[in-house]
Amino acid sequence: MLIVLLLCTNVWAGGVLEQRVAAGKRLTLDRKMGNCLACHAIDNGPFSGNTAPPLFSMKSRFPDKKKLVAQISNPLANNRDTIMPPFGLHGILTEDQIHKIVEYLYTL
Amino acid sequence: MCLRIFSVIFICCFLSCAVWADPASDQTAFKNYFYKKFPEIPVGDFINGVYAIDQTRRQQWLEIEEFPPYDIAIDEGEILFNETVFSDGSSYSDCFVDGKRSKKNYPYFDVNRNTVVTLELAINDCRVSHGEQPLKYKTGDIAKISAYLALHSRGEIIEVEVSGEAAINAYEQGKKYYYSKRGQLNFACVDCHVASSGMRIRAEILSPSLGHVSNFPVYRFKWGSIGTLHRRFSGCNSQVRAKPLAGQSEQYKNLEYFLSYMSNGLKFNGPSTRR
Ligand code: HEC
Ligand code: HEC
Repeated sequence: MLIVLLLCTNVWAGGVLEQRVAAGKRLTLDRKMGNCLACHAIDNGPFSGNTAPPLFSMKSRFPDKKKLVAQISNPLANNRDTIMPPFGLHGILTEDQIHKIVEYLYTL
Repeated sequence: MCLRIFSVIFICCFLSCAVWADPASDQTAFKNYFYKKFPEIPVGDFINGVYAIDQTRRQQWLEIEEFPPYDIAIDEGEILFNETVFSDGSSYSDCFVDGKRSKKNYPYFDVNRNTVVTLELAINDCRVSHGEQPLKYKTGDIAKISAYLALHSRGEIIEVEVSGEAAINAYEQGKKYYYSKRGQLNFACVDCHVASSGMRIRAEILSPSLGHVSNFPVYRFKWGSIGTLHRRFSGCNSQVRAKPLAGQSEQYKNLEYFLSYMSNGLKFNGPSTRR
């Protein structure tokens, strides 16, 4: 019984994570949402900009998820003059949306 | 003692104002930044925006310029300018006497009115002073008349003058607007057109601000029509989700004044074509 339950939650969690990654990818690329491709090269995406560093090996470069969330939410805290929009601070994306984006970035 | 402290404070204030309000050294620094960043661009070529940077796009653009899509606007502008008779019997040529129809005379600071006068403002001032309704500022007839006058001003040198306290103040307002972050996406003009100039935002190459005023009005394929410089300002405001301002608002006029002064010495080459 316990095993079945564990198995179920695992599958459930896996499915949800997959969904969150897929949603995160959409949010990352959508021009009206993250539009991260405007500045960052991501996974060889088409028509990416080059004003910002490419996003790759995110999990190993940003093992602390909180730091990645903070960089997206308010990049001004790290660099007052950055051109990267403060996605959380200015309400461009919700906290949940930012977390979904991070789930996706962790797959890069 | 008190007087001495006062006079020291006074002198300090005076000096800091004087240092801050120095358009000539702003201009030198602004130009040198771009000369250094784009050593391969001949100075006179900055008037061509992104086409000074990207050779493939330049070729496409040169082909387009052989049968320019703004030709119709010039023809219509010529008719509007020369054949419009105002209700009091006068016409544009009564306002635009002597050199007044040349782009090189705009924008200028009008001390009596304490404001910057652009070519488009002068067109509407002419209409209003002869009992006509003003035209819309960003597109339509005003852009056509502007295109006609721009054609005849090609090759003239941009030589905007900024002198006197009030003019310097307008210039400083324009400069402040240019350097201020705005909109939900939090961008200043300087972020895209200085710091990131020559780089790509998505597939768009960002042009340097040096020379930005030379080629207006422009026919844009995105617009499908001809538009004024202030229409472009609005577009760049909207892009960063900032509220676009009205054409010929004080802020846009001051911005045009600042940008034109930065481009002094370059040639007018409007109207032009852009993506
Ligand atoms: C308009 C440009 C722009 C946009 C749009 C943008 N960024 Fe950035 N980003 C930058 C710049 C520039 C940097 C470099 C650091 C700095 O400027 O402080 C950066 C840095 C980063 C970093 C740190 C990278 C590293 O290797 O250190 C991450 C992570 C990041 N951005 C994620 C994102 C995500 C996710 C999005 C979309 C939701 C996004 N960015 C949208 C400009 C942008
Ligand atoms: C987020 C980036 C961004 C910001 C911020 C921005 N622009 Fe632009 N601007 C562009 C892009 C992209 C273009 C089209 C490509 C080009 O010519 O640079 C453009 C084009 C222009 C042009 C037309 C250039 C030409 O050769 O015809 C002018 C003028 C201009 N911008 C002025 C401004 C001013 C003034 C501001 C601030 C109020 C501003 N821009 C803010 C991205 C931006």
